[in-house]
Amino acid sequence: MDTNVPRTPPRKSATFDDYTLAEIRRAASTGIYDIRGAGTKRKVPHFDDLLFLGASISRYPLEGYREKCGTDVVLGSRFAKKPLELKIPITIAGMSFGSLSAQAKEALGRGASAAGTSTTTGDGGMTPEERGQSRHLVYQYLPSRYGMNPDDLRKADAIEVVVGQGAKPGGGGMLLGQKISDRVAQMRCLPKGIDQRSACRHPDWTGPDDLEIKIHELREITSWEKPIYVKVGGTRPYYDVALAVKAGADVVVLDGMQGGTAATQDVFIEHVGLPTLACLRPAVKALQDLGMHRKVQLIISGGIRSGADVAKALALGADAVAIGTAALVALGDNDPIHEEEYRKLGTTAGAYDDWHEGRDPAGITTQDPVLAARLDPVKAGRRLSNYLKVMTLEAQTVARACGKSHLHNLEPEDLCALTVEAAAMAQVPLAGTSWIPGRGGY
Amino acid sequence: MHELDLKALGVTAINQKLYHIPKDTNERHWVIRNPMGQHAIACGVDAPLLIDIMGHVGFYCGGMNKEAEITIHGHAGVGVAENMMSGIVWVKGNASESAGATANGGLLVIEGDASSRCGISMKGVDIVVGGSVGHMSAFMAQRGNLVVCGDAGEALGDSIYEARLYVKGRADNLGSDCIEKEMREEHLEDLAKLLDRAKMKHRPQDFRRYGSARKLYNFNVDHADAY
Repeated sequence: MDTNVPRTPPRKSATFDDYTLAEIRRAASTGIYDIRGAGTKRKVPHFDDLLFLGASISRYPLEGYREKCGTDVVLGSRFAKKPLELKIPITIAGMSFGSLSAQAKEALGRGASAAGTSTTTGDGGMTPEERGQSRHLVYQYLPSRYGMNPDDLRKADAIEVVVGQGAKPGGGGMLLGQKISDRVAQMRCLPKGIDQRSACRHPDWTGPDDLEIKIHELREITSWEKPIYVKVGGTRPYYDVALAVKAGADVVVLDGMQGGTAATQDVFIEHVGLPTLACLRPAVKALQDLGMHRKVQLIISGGIRSGADVAKALALGADAVAIGTAALVALGDNDPIHEEEYRKLGTTAGAYDDWHEGRDPAGITTQDPVLAARLDPVKAGRRLSNYLKVMTLEAQTVARACGKSHLHNLEPEDLCALTVEAAAMAQVPLAGTSWIPGRGGY
Repeated sequence: MHELDLKALGVTAINQKLYHIPKDTNERHWVIRNPMGQHAIACGVDAPLLIDIMGHVGFYCGGMNKEAEITIHGHAGVGVAENMMSGIVWVKGNASESAGATANGGLLVIEGDASSRCGISMKGVDIVVGGSVGHMSAFMAQRGNLVVCGDAGEALGDSIYEARLYVKGRADNLGSDCIEKEMREEHLEDLAKLLDRAKMKHRPQDFRRYGSARKLYNFNVDHADAY
């Protein structure tokens, strides 16, 4: 063999890349699809693809630190006698006790309350720890109705009828047996240690006409006091939002595909649903077409990480945002301080997503009492509170730079897009042009 | 006995009246006239009241009931006694879909037939149906007892957990992981009590018992065809 002849170097397939090959081998070995937590990991158009223009000669900025920039929001003003009045437009999304430890739920309540916002239960009922530490608690009403009872319904400050979520629109819940402790099993009326599947449809209503009647029942039982939210995954946002409004929702929660989950098939997370950015403008248009924008509030969620994301979401027409994954990170999820233990689990800090296995070194996505005890709810709650306040300050900084005295005064005109895709989805001009894809002209 | 005219007062006023009856009063018996098929009548009651509803009702009558004994002198719409916690809801006629859905406790009696998804995701309630039940009844049923004195529709007990199903008539088509089980002495005793509470004149020995094979409790690829 002539070693002087140049050889073609090994070339790996772009289609069958290393990750794909490993997944095929894993599937062949185990016979089960990959289940994991968190939201989509693929890169999709997002708020990073938008920029604020700021002020100059044609727009006056507000003085940072001196001129007021309001952040408060009222949720549920359409029908509820007692709407939620929050200090900041950043809420904590629904995450269940069961998927999270009791300590983590308590920390979420503490952090949210300290920052003046709401937190939300999840598919598993309301825990005393969470209710006790949450100034504003939204009670999720899910297809499984695990832990559902009228007493907790009446203790809640708002009710969120969950139709779907961004990580798995059209799919039900899943909590594998490893996390079904005695307490979780008792709350869900099921045996310990079995895989708990939650239905994808509600057991006693189907479609928007029925939903209207269901909302009526919930209002009756809570004496028309509580705001009723309807949460949908990002699929057909224009129609889903319109139907939720028609059904009588006070608030619509719209969750894009970057929204997290405690445990779902990877194929579902990565291949079903719309990116958050693509959901927002159709949803706002539905509200505008019905004359209900700012009357029925819109909460957007799925990959919200910073004050910039908050400001962009509000500029595009949302009334508030919800965070889930980011809140867990603030508590301590995926912290490199646990790197040694992450490596023993075959992963690394920043990539740990086996939340369904219940072996979380940070004590957050677990029911193991030893691991859960690692999370100090007071300290973790303080971290979350700090993070929420930073996000709010960031959003205010951007808003003042755009000359806005309230976060809700931000508008699409304050934005431009870095990519054609983002311009089309957000319906704002491509940077440096006046061109909005789909609207013609240049 | 006190009467409430729904036609004159509306659902909300009647429910509010029922919610605010003092715990220590002896005004326990309430009759609701002219229900007109309205929805959410007497839902969310949280007191040991006797409530007679004189006619047909719409969706969610007696929903989330606690302690009250509610009798519907007519037919019931979707989700009667849904998520009931305790007490009794008694339907003199037939019931529509999802009767007793997700109910945690108490007794639901339907003297006539019940439509599809009767007892769906039930979590501890006892349901006795004098007639037949429709398809997908006791889907994902977690706890409690469903007694069917007539026939059961397709896919009875699909993905059932620990609930017990008793059927006197035909149950030809069972759902995934639902199997016929041995009727032991304790089951005959339990069934006799249920029939007695529901004032149904049947012999427990004429029923068959169904429940979970428990093969789907933890994922096994060799059982994937059942999903």
